[in-house]
Amino acid sequence: MKPTAELIAGLQERFGHAVIAFVDEDGYPLSVATEFRADPGRGVVVLNAIAGDTVQPPEEERVNVVFSHIRPQPGIGYDERRYVSLWGAVRRTEGALEFEPDRVQQWDEQEMSFFEFSERGVPQARRYLDQVSTETGRTVKPRLSFGWLFLRATRLPFLTATFVPILLGIAVAAWTNGFNWWLALLTLLGGACIHLGLNVANDVFDTTSGADEANVNPTQFSGGSRVVLYGLITLRTLALLSLGFYAVGIAIGVGLAAMRGWDLLWLGVAGALLSFFYTAPPLKLVHRGLGEIVVALGFGPIMALGAYFVQAREYGLEPLLVSIPVGILIALVLYVNEVPDRPADAATGKRTLPVRFSKDTVVNGYIAAVALAFGLIAVFAISGLIVRPAIIALAAAPLALPVIRALRESYEQPYALMPAMGKNIQLHLATGVLLILGYVVALVADAL
Amino acid sequence: MSREGNAATCDRLSTIFVPSVGVLPEPVEALLETALVCELTVVDPSGLPVTHPLIPFYDGELIYLTSSILFSRKLEHIKGNPRVSLSISDPVAVDVERFARATIQGDATVDDSDLHAGWERVLPLWRKKEPAIDMFLGKRVALPLFFERAVIEIRPTRAFFWEGGRTDRPPQVFELATAVA
Repeated sequence: MKPTAELIAGLQERFGHAVIAFVDEDGYPLSVATEFRADPGRGVVVLNAIAGDTVQPPEEERVNVVFSHIRPQPGIGYDERRYVSLWGAVRRTEGALEFEPDRVQQWDEQEMSFFEFSERGVPQARRYLDQVSTETGRTVKPRLSFGWLFLRATRLPFLTATFVPILLGIAVAAWTNGFNWWLALLTLLGGACIHLGLNVANDVFDTTSGADEANVNPTQFSGGSRVVLYGLITLRTLALLSLGFYAVGIAIGVGLAAMRGWDLLWLGVAGALLSFFYTAPPLKLVHRGLGEIVVALGFGPIMALGAYFVQAREYGLEPLLVSIPVGILIALVLYVNEVPDRPADAATGKRTLPVRFSKDTVVNGYIAAVALAFGLIAVFAISGLIVRPAIIALAAAPLALPVIRALRESYEQPYALMPAMGKNIQLHLATGVLLILGYVVALVADAL
Repeated sequence: MSREGNAATCDRLSTIFVPSVGVLPEPVEALLETALVCELTVVDPSGLPVTHPLIPFYDGELIYLTSSILFSRKLEHIKGNPRVSLSISDPVAVDVERFARATIQGDATVDDSDLHAGWERVLPLWRKKEPAIDMFLGKRVALPLFFERAVIEIRPTRAFFWEGGRTDRPPQVFELATAVA
């Protein structure tokens, strides 16, 4: 890439000195610092002359001129890293060296986050691992400890999305019918397995579709686990892991249906199918723009109703109603996490809502959905359709405000959005926990 | 100037031979020991110099740099041509009483025999300059490929030193004993 006049003009403001590097007569590179001034009008950088016969850059050969900047942070390290590396010819003028660059390579961590800078290096990392493997005659792979790899591959922390609706369904059942610890634990385990199966299957299909590779802006909340892309695990192992989770989850579901009533099976089958075909062909529901609805159903009414049925041996209106706000909020977790993924999603045919709609529509959609979720909680609680103490869940609503602000201000900056993504997950979790607490309060009050 | 030459054919103004084997001149060592960044120049297969800002470490004999496999093109270049140059040039990035600049030429080797943990042998030196490295290392799961790293070891053969950082004056040139060892 050829350096622009704007880049050259900005050098003096961004950097204090230059380093000119060339190959000396012995074939060794030699780098020497000097002061400089930019002449963007002529597309040149004027370097102060360097004294000494042994350190003179050659006029007839291409040289590399580097500008580098960091800001020391005593006791910590440094930040504000940036560099501009230019290549071109140098010629001597009176008291100076005139450098005319024709190629540039640069990085400024204030313009491209370190995470993105690193992510763009993944193809080079894979190539290097292949080279080392060839050189050594053994397969060289990156490693993570088993615990970290399991956490990363399964995206374990996202299990809160399963625990909230299941515990809510159990809480409603405890209020209306009664409660069995073992059944509750089995329900949580089965739900967690289906959820982890979904997470892993999602990565399998995002790897094979190229969605993960196309995404150079992954965050801790979006962009998948990337364990196959990084070479930490094989696609086959990941696929087997997904099938294993589904197998255990389905077995627990069938067992619970056999114990508590076969009507549970229909709900379980619907949940497992929605989960699997979220990204799996031929349905690929997320590619058809149905991802948010599938997630709202699966991690809202389906899980809450299922958990309720296991305890109560019947379906009920109350667990359905109370799970709707939770379903909306978990869909909003996906919705916000899809914002940084949208270039890669669009490139691989994933028609998510942020891919389909403008920024204003997406932000307004978020505000409307949050208002709907908390409006429903208020209406259901006041009208007595759910227990009245559940109205305390409204206290979580302010957590949406920083998310709205970040969506407005940092829509195009994936890493600036990260804190908001975390806050959005807290919004779902806090609302769910407060709804459950509402039922606990009702139970305690009833017992007194 | 030829690498095989002697003092007479080196910089006529200020060439100094350092008697101690493998040890850099004291003022250059002082710079290396505090520098938060240096510029490592390698030579690519077309013969073009390519410079990378990196954090340097020094144990009294060798200079160490580490490189993630994410940014490993420099490692490929060193394997193709081990001749390198390293300059300490930024007055902001060195904590010495009297600022100076230095450039060190040398022969580099790449140790990528254990990309996962082999580089941790330079961690004590790294920690001194960037204490936050332990915090980053604790989050290895977030950036697993960043912490798959090779170690670049440089055996210095020649050093250039500019008192006060004034490169408008000829440098002192130190032909290091290891150059002919």
